[in-house]
Amino acid sequence: MKKVLVFCEQRSGHLKSSAYEAISAAYQTSSDPSQVEVAACILGHKIETLSENLQSKGAKTVFTYDLEVLNNYNPLAYTEALSKIIDEYKPDVLLTIASPMGRDLFARVAARKKAGLLTDLISIHTEGDLLKGGTKPMYAGKVLAQVSYTKNCSLRMATLRPNSFKVLDKKEQGQRVSIKSPLSNITSISFNTLSQSEGTKVDLTEALRIVSGGRALGSRENFKILEDCAKVLGATVGASRAAVDSGYADHSMQVGQTGKTVNPTLYIACGISGAIQHMAGMKTAKTIVAINTDRDAPIFTIADYGIVGDLFEVVPLLTKKLQAIL
Amino acid sequence: MKIIVLLKQTPDTEAQIRITSDGKNLDTTGMKYIINPYDEYAIEEALQLKDKDVSTEVILLSYADDSIKERMLKGLAMGADRAIQIKNDELQEVDSLTLSSILVAAIQQENPDIIFCGKQGIDDDNMHVPVMVAELLALPHVNVVNKIEYKEKDLVVSREVEGGQVETFTVSLPCVLGAHKSLNTPRYANLPGIMKAKKKPFEQKNLSDLGLNAIVLQSSVQTTVDSYKLPPKKPEGKIFRDEELQVMVDKLVEHLRTESKVL
Repeated sequence: MKKVLVFCEQRSGHLKSSAYEAISAAYQTSSDPSQVEVAACILGHKIETLSENLQSKGAKTVFTYDLEVLNNYNPLAYTEALSKIIDEYKPDVLLTIASPMGRDLFARVAARKKAGLLTDLISIHTEGDLLKGGTKPMYAGKVLAQVSYTKNCSLRMATLRPNSFKVLDKKEQGQRVSIKSPLSNITSISFNTLSQSEGTKVDLTEALRIVSGGRALGSRENFKILEDCAKVLGATVGASRAAVDSGYADHSMQVGQTGKTVNPTLYIACGISGAIQHMAGMKTAKTIVAINTDRDAPIFTIADYGIVGDLFEVVPLLTKKLQAIL
Repeated sequence: MKIIVLLKQTPDTEAQIRITSDGKNLDTTGMKYIINPYDEYAIEEALQLKDKDVSTEVILLSYADDSIKERMLKGLAMGADRAIQIKNDELQEVDSLTLSSILVAAIQQENPDIIFCGKQGIDDDNMHVPVMVAELLALPHVNVVNKIEYKEKDLVVSREVEGGQVETFTVSLPCVLGAHKSLNTPRYANLPGIMKAKKKPFEQKNLSDLGLNAIVLQSSVQTTVDSYKLPPKKPEGKIFRDEELQVMVDKLVEHLRTESKVL
């Protein structure tokens, strides 16, 4: 039996639904899924109810580490708490989703436990009952690399790119293990605040639909055209580096090599010509739509569909059409 | 105050990445290299502290081959005081944790108050080193930093998380901070800076100078990159043009519904 522990992230008492992707992926870490035992863990405060959801999604054991200091992310407290669960459960493999928290925490835990860490995998490979490695995009997706653990690796850790692993319908009637033992007194770093985002905006990296704008938008105000369209689609608005550098959009909206690498099912590029560094960050999108006045714009070479036309005319028509049918 | 800035060189963001015919390596012929863009924000942040207090010493540190010198000279021209290259000729292929342990050995010889670095290299996109270096030094870290307020005793540091949300921490020195793009605007090196850079100390160290041994380090490597491939090319898309806008929009939506089924 191979033991896989999945770190499941909660923020403000809400479990990230991508945790189910990681639990499903846990069953793929051996060529024989029946030989895999999956445990999940959540760190936080007053999180008892969250563990029930995880049990119903395929985790045989759910560890909850419940302390006030774990209410929000503190890298040192989280590292210590997760390390304690690792010591108790002794997993062969440790997985989580490659979210900002997951990536930060796993790098720290890997250094503490002297473990091998592969980051941002889009698929995983096995050799017999062993997790061999996986595929990860590098250079913001310009290449895919086959990465693997060496034979020196004892604990195999990996973070998985959101929207890359199918959620399986698995049910387990498992046990819950609640931990409340105190952590060491951490004085070198303390959590202050987490700003609330406007509304319930989904992050670009996890968004299933993205409407993105380039320099052709011409101003910050004009992004409203894209926001209207995004609203109808339930999409998140993105931007090219040219638009961000021109001050039309915040850097948190930037898609591309020095921005975010995204993986939605639908990406609508409006007035984006398609610089190499931009396309690197979005070309894995399942369906790409380009709207641009220039038929020779590079973005059309990776678009599934395109309209050669002025975004200021096309996008409002598109929004109206979508409104009518969705 | 003493500040170490960790430096890495990466291919230019506009570079096409090519793969060797055996698929095992990247074809670096004619590749243009730059300072990892995020590391420039780290250098700038250190230099802004030096602007406020001239006694601040800014040291660049990299584990690299000799071609790093050009990047180091740029950092020195921007205003850093000296540079240390740990030569990688005995051991080129390392994983993040082994690399971090090498950097830590050099950092411990300097005893800095702050270690700045870029939040990630734009080559492997791992985001490992800032965090791992901190853990190996038993120091706090904040990565993806977009704002730092310097208080009397400690720092208030913001980091960007999902959806443009910001997490804020209070951190005491010494610490490791990984710079994000929105932290500052890196300065350009001016001509006097470039002239001065050549005279600034540039130190080369071997692993043995740090009490390290390549064979022992090699055995600590736990992950490797085995091969590369290019992402699959997409078939030619359907591009609508020279029709009435409404007709093209209707066609697009129809295809999105029935063909790609994303609506």
